[in-house]
Amino acid sequence: MTEAFCCQSSDGEQPLYTLLICRDTGCQSAGAEAVQVALRDEIARLGLSGIRIKSTGCHGFCEKGPLVVVEPGGICYMCVTPADAPEIVASHLVRGEVVTRLVYQDPETGERIARYGEIPFYKHQYRIVLRRCGRIDPEDIDDFIASEGYQALRKALQEMTPRQVIEEVRRSGLRGRGGAGFSTGLKWHLARDAQGAPKYVVCNFDEGDPGAFMNRSEVEGDPHGLLEGMAIAAYAVGARRGYIYVRAEYPRAVHRLRVALAQAEKRGFLGENILGSGFSLDIQIKEGAGAFVCGEETALLASIEGRRGMPRPRPPYPAESGLWGKPTLINNVGTLFNIPPIILRGAEWFASIGTQQSKGTKVFSLVGAVAHSGLIEVPLGTPLRTIVYDIGGGPKEGRTLKAIQTGGPSGGCIPAGLLDLPVDYETLARVGSIVGSGGMVVMDETTCMVDVARFFLSFTQAESCGKCVPCRLGTKRMLEILERITRGEGQEEDIGLLLEVAETTRQGSLCGLGQTAPSPVLSTLRYFHHEYEAHIREKRCPALRCVALITYLIRPDKCQGCGRCRRACPSEAIRGEHGLIHVIDQAKCIKCGACLDACPDRFSAVAKVSGETLRVSDSPVPVGSNDW
Amino acid sequence: MSPRTARVQDRALRGSVDLLLLDEPTGPQALIALLQKVQTELGYVPEEAIRAISERTGVAASEVFGTLTFYTQFRLRPRGRRVVRVCRGTACHVRGGEAVRHKLERILGIRPGETTSDGEYTLETVACVGACARAPVVVMDDLVYGQMTPPKVDEMLAPRSGEQND
Repeated sequence: MTEAFCCQSSDGEQPLYTLLICRDTGCQSAGAEAVQVALRDEIARLGLSGIRIKSTGCHGFCEKGPLVVVEPGGICYMCVTPADAPEIVASHLVRGEVVTRLVYQDPETGERIARYGEIPFYKHQYRIVLRRCGRIDPEDIDDFIASEGYQALRKALQEMTPRQVIEEVRRSGLRGRGGAGFSTGLKWHLARDAQGAPKYVVCNFDEGDPGAFMNRSEVEGDPHGLLEGMAIAAYAVGARRGYIYVRAEYPRAVHRLRVALAQAEKRGFLGENILGSGFSLDIQIKEGAGAFVCGEETALLASIEGRRGMPRPRPPYPAESGLWGKPTLINNVGTLFNIPPIILRGAEWFASIGTQQSKGTKVFSLVGAVAHSGLIEVPLGTPLRTIVYDIGGGPKEGRTLKAIQTGGPSGGCIPAGLLDLPVDYETLARVGSIVGSGGMVVMDETTCMVDVARFFLSFTQAESCGKCVPCRLGTKRMLEILERITRGEGQEEDIGLLLEVAETTRQGSLCGLGQTAPSPVLSTLRYFHHEYEAHIREKRCPALRCVALITYLIRPDKCQGCGRCRRACPSEAIRGEHGLIHVIDQAKCIKCGACLDACPDRFSAVAKVSGETLRVSDSPVPVGSNDW
Repeated sequence: MSPRTARVQDRALRGSVDLLLLDEPTGPQALIALLQKVQTELGYVPEEAIRAISERTGVAASEVFGTLTFYTQFRLRPRGRRVVRVCRGTACHVRGGEAVRHKLERILGIRPGETTSDGEYTLETVACVGACARAPVVVMDDLVYGQMTPPKVDEMLAPRSGEQND
């Protein structure tokens, strides 16, 4: 793993050991708090000194949470439980011996890897945006300052003119990380040159793509990093007031930002006359209220102004006429996080990472049917194969990779056959998807691609603000067609109709939501046409996902008459008694799969099928008899 | 409830809403923040609050209503004592979140957006809670339950013992 900067400890006196405990939502839901309490209690019980426990943001490897990293050495313990605390303390902190059973084990070779930089998940990453995530205590400004925090702001204010800052960002080749990929330097130029006062800078933290949590983790792990980027942006374009528009579902991020804002103001990194430069900036937090469309910049501005978040035509662009009609710079969280490293290390350094047209790194949330889910950062241009296999560990439990969905509801599904493509803005656009905000959902053979298209359309249909008719009605009609197909009621002409409605919606919508809503449909039609055909012609769902097209059956030759399925069935659809072969009454079956979950693996008598028939018993007969 | 009692209750509600908004900002741009304040304190936005906010912001009551129904965060009715939120994010969907939702609907006997008749549970869906690596995810009483399965739903709804949440 490459890290852009080295983080030192903030204390003058170096502690003997530092325990970095991830308290991000992922590890927290796995029980990180109890682990931290257990470790603290055990350290206190043994009366150990010189040990620091830090609550940190996301380490990235969420699948294996709760994670505890012990420094020095970068030893990473995974899936830690409170019961493991005494052993970690007695062995590692007292005797200096790594607890081998709790470190990463390579699933193929069985080899144990203790240092987290050497674990395959981390080895292929390059961390610029995430360099502090999981390393510092996000609620401790001193920890941030000790890892080069606010040095870029100091450099910009004291050594550079606003024009020089903009020129540096432009030369770095940084492009907006929110999805569209517009040149950040150019955007700053436009905002700087725009006439009108006051000017505003707005941070778009309305991370709404389902299946994406990059911005949440970035901010929760390093809130000052965002504030520093924003302050530099405000200085560059000449804004004195800034807003961070945060998604309603992220209460912890809001809390972290409030703590960070108060600390930064107290230390003079924000507020009046920052660092004696004469430049002042006041940043406020605006909490969203749950509307996906507010991720669109003009809708976001309307929402900050207290109105319905509905987009308006552009031009004029927000850079000329934004918040309350004033020039406004809007940047995504990920974009702003890249600014301080660019100022500190220079445009040439940043431009040396990535590809010809896509510079720097990108943070992705790698999730879905992949062995190692988590938060990753790689140089743009990294092949999908490296991301999915080397970092993500490939599909789960010997399953087969089918597709990778990128870009959320605005993106598309890239088939497994295109795995060697580099991930950059141009390449993904060419194959019908987008880099987007950074969601990357891996799908295997148990994912139905028609159902995926239906899933995304049900999302965009519900989130369409209703302003443009092609979007409001187009998403509804496409959803209806897709629902029909997944119910097994699809017609041959439905595919042509889908294509026609998709094209109309794309062309006739004002904002990105409507223009890109057809993408999941178009990309699945392009690469997985055969799955649509199976649903329409054979009334079969190859992935066994579409409930209307699947049937649960009990194999008479395997059923041992134990009755577990009968007791588990919520709709009393299973007949039989102890010692009799059980039978599912298809008229009563609600296809919940409870029988399949209940049937012991050693019997495996419940079958889930689509488009095929198995011989089953008509009525319960004794186990072992051939009377069926 | 007699019409008179209802009137008294409405007035009491109006009084508490006014009290809530006493130190809050005014003007149209404060609209969403005021709605959020009321909902945080009362759990929903009662009709009386719409009038109070309309007066405070200078925005017509119809427009206040239009704005609050535009955003999914706001509710016009109180929620149950316990709120169960099923994540409908892509990662949760791919890993079988729909089966978890169906199980919850069946056990609670309600659909998303509804509250059980005893006022105990409200079932909601959420677009994504951002805990995708732990998918499928359910949030109950602000605790995140990761790697859910239909059988785990029973455990989750069982009377709570201690702090264990996964």
